Amino acid sequence: MQGFEVYSDASLWQQTLEQLALFWSFEDVNATWVLVGSLLLGMSASVIGAFAFLRKRSLLGDALAHAALPGVMMAFLLSGSRDAEVIFGGALLSSLLGFWIIDWLPKNTKIKPDAALAITLSFMFALGLMLLSLIQSTDMPNKSGLDKLLFGQAAAITSEDIQLLVYVTSAVLITVILFFDKFRLIAFNRLYAQTLGVSVRFYEFLLALMIVLSVVVGLQLVGVVLMAAILLTPIAAARFWSHQLSYLLLLAGIFGALSASIGAQISYIAPAMPTGPWIVVSLSLVFFISFLVAPQNGLIKRYLDYRRLRHRVAQENILRTLHKLLERNHFKRNDFTVAQITALRNIQIQTLKQTLKQLQKQGLVRELGGGFALSEAGLRRAIELTRRHRLWESYLSQHADLTSEQVHQQAEHMEHILNQEHEEQIVAELMQRLSDPHGQPIPPKNTLEEQ
Amino acid sequence: MPSIENWILDLWIIATASLVAASCAMVGVFLILRRQALMGDAISHSVLLGIVLAYLLAGTNTLWVMLTGAVIIGLLTAWLSESLHKLSRLQSDASIGIVFTLFFSIGVILVSLYTGHIDLDQECVLYGEIAFVPFDTVIWGDMETGTDLGPRAFWLILIVFTLVALSIAIGFERLKTVTFHPSLAVSLGINITFWHYFLMTLVSMTTVASFDAVGAILVVALLIIPASSAYLLATSLKRMLWLAIAYSQGSVWIGYALSYWLDSSIAASIAVSAGALLALTLMVIQIRKWIQQQHYAKQLQSGESA
Repeated sequence: MQGFEVYSDASLWQQTLEQLALFWSFEDVNATWVLVGSLLLGMSASVIGAFAFLRKRSLLGDALAHAALPGVMMAFLLSGSRDAEVIFGGALLSSLLGFWIIDWLPKNTKIKPDAALAITLSFMFALGLMLLSLIQSTDMPNKSGLDKLLFGQAAAITSEDIQLLVYVTSAVLITVILFFDKFRLIAFNRLYAQTLGVSVRFYEFLLALMIVLSVVVGLQLVGVVLMAAILLTPIAAARFWSHQLSYLLLLAGIFGALSASIGAQISYIAPAMPTGPWIVVSLSLVFFISFLVAPQNGLIKRYLDYRRLRHRVAQENILRTLHKLLERNHFKRNDFTVAQITALRNIQIQTLKQTLKQLQKQGLVRELGGGFALSEAGLRRAIELTRRHRLWESYLSQHADLTSEQVHQQAEHMEHILNQEHEEQIVAELMQRLSDPHGQPIPPKNTLEEQ
Repeated sequence: MPSIENWILDLWIIATASLVAASCAMVGVFLILRRQALMGDAISHSVLLGIVLAYLLAGTNTLWVMLTGAVIIGLLTAWLSESLHKLSRLQSDASIGIVFTLFFSIGVILVSLYTGHIDLDQECVLYGEIAFVPFDTVIWGDMETGTDLGPRAFWLILIVFTLVALSIAIGFERLKTVTFHPSLAVSLGINITFWHYFLMTLVSMTTVASFDAVGAILVVALLIIPASSAYLLATSLKRMLWLAIAYSQGSVWIGYALSYWLDSSIAASIAVSAGALLALTLMVIQIRKWIQQQHYAKQLQSGESA
């Protein structure tokens, strides 16, 4: 195998590029087939994995892939051939057996679903490895290469394997398209589907069969150990970009196909490299990029939203405090020092100064002498907030039977969230109350104009 | 003809395997009870990355380097899966799956990149190499003249076994409360997070110590299966721990005999025997259930006819 030093060699880089060029020139028929196969596999596995994910059985694929191993070894041990059909048949049978065990254990014994999954996975895998070690200690012909199923090796795939792969993945994709509505219904609301008279058991079995098929057919390419990721990671990444199932499936399919083809290329350039891990690494890359930058649910976007909200809340709190000070001074003077503000509201000096600066920039607060005063626009906004705060307090004390201290805490949060519409609804509910539970007046809507 | 030397080799192998199985069983009991079987699966996979990285960065494969590397990566796996679950609002098993497949992949890639440089290959990641355990020994003192203290893997698992047994013995009451009544534990002021990560540390240490013997994936079988068998029968935590240890030792003996007879991988055979013992237990339980049902049905019938 090639070590790291060899790669840094310039001539080898060139060789790598040439290999890549050869790969994409489609002159090597085998390479082209591997590419097609990996694209199809990535697509079908991600799409079918999406349904497993939605049914909250993300790691089912992991267990089923591990469970396929003893079947493969048994099939080889009994038949002595490595034909794609034989291997496929064995894998399919033992994978289905694994599915049955995972289903049976929690229903009939004390064993919990997660333990059932881990038991099946590790036991079947151990059985497979035991059979493999048995095979390797015998002198059966063409036994070498069976261990490539563990981590997958695209370079070792035969054209026969690819044919089977193309058939099965196409069948899976077509099934999903045909039964899309039923699958969607069951994935989101199983009970509702049952009341509609849909045969849930049948479709669930069909879905499980599709999962097993995609897993089993992908073993050559991705390997037993890492099959879980190609079912799970694409849909998890897609989820950051959209909420609509058809888009989700499309995106997951694209992510899966992309990563699978990257893995296949690396395996083609460096034949000793296992394919599965590279597919998983590229998938994870897609996942973490999506996790960070997705425009609606990405971490960065959510952090920015959170910060914006925090700033707004801080600003609104200062406006309210200034208004309260104004009220206490019976609207006689309108400039207050930092000390006066902090006496009324618990806030760090540093944050307070920053927030005041922001408010000045927006023209809501003016600096007067040593103190700060509300501008007209600021006053308007402060009155609006105070009005909402007190309306909410009154609403709560009238309808939720809370004490006056409790309502204040609640209103501190709600004043930032309520909008015009809510405000009108509360006014209609309260029927012209003029003061809040603490006895302070609720400022009417157009206070400024009246004054 | 089995000579004395062969006997000693066998003895080292069985002793190592017994300790591996017993430590895994004890830790596994808590994984099963806390419904974190999948976390055990995840950590045992990721530990590979910890071992490879520790080896590449430190350049040696001393016991402490390996242990530290594995514990760090193990805790990182637990922490990352949990934060991913919280931050991205993915289901917890999905976030576990994403993290451990990534770590394991990087581990496998590093292993295949540096195959010539590390005494690790894809094979031993899978099976471990318990048959070679006796040949990698710790030597006290000088390389030439020092005394041979026995296999490295044996000493590593002995240390970890002692640590696990001691922590469970000392922290027994705390662990019990945290496991069975997490909300009571919170109200008593017990730091649940600490105990969670403490358990994860134990899992990581056990996995890395078992790595030489049984590889990264078969550890899962030893963690989960004996503990599950015990879970079926046990009525108290103490009894479950003892039962799990008993099951694990049974698996080691049967598995070793099986591998001797079939000439198969020792580690895989031990894991398969653990599964077979679980299946046997399940069968006995189901048959007893069935007999009881028959009995009740008969009683019901005779009651009706009387």
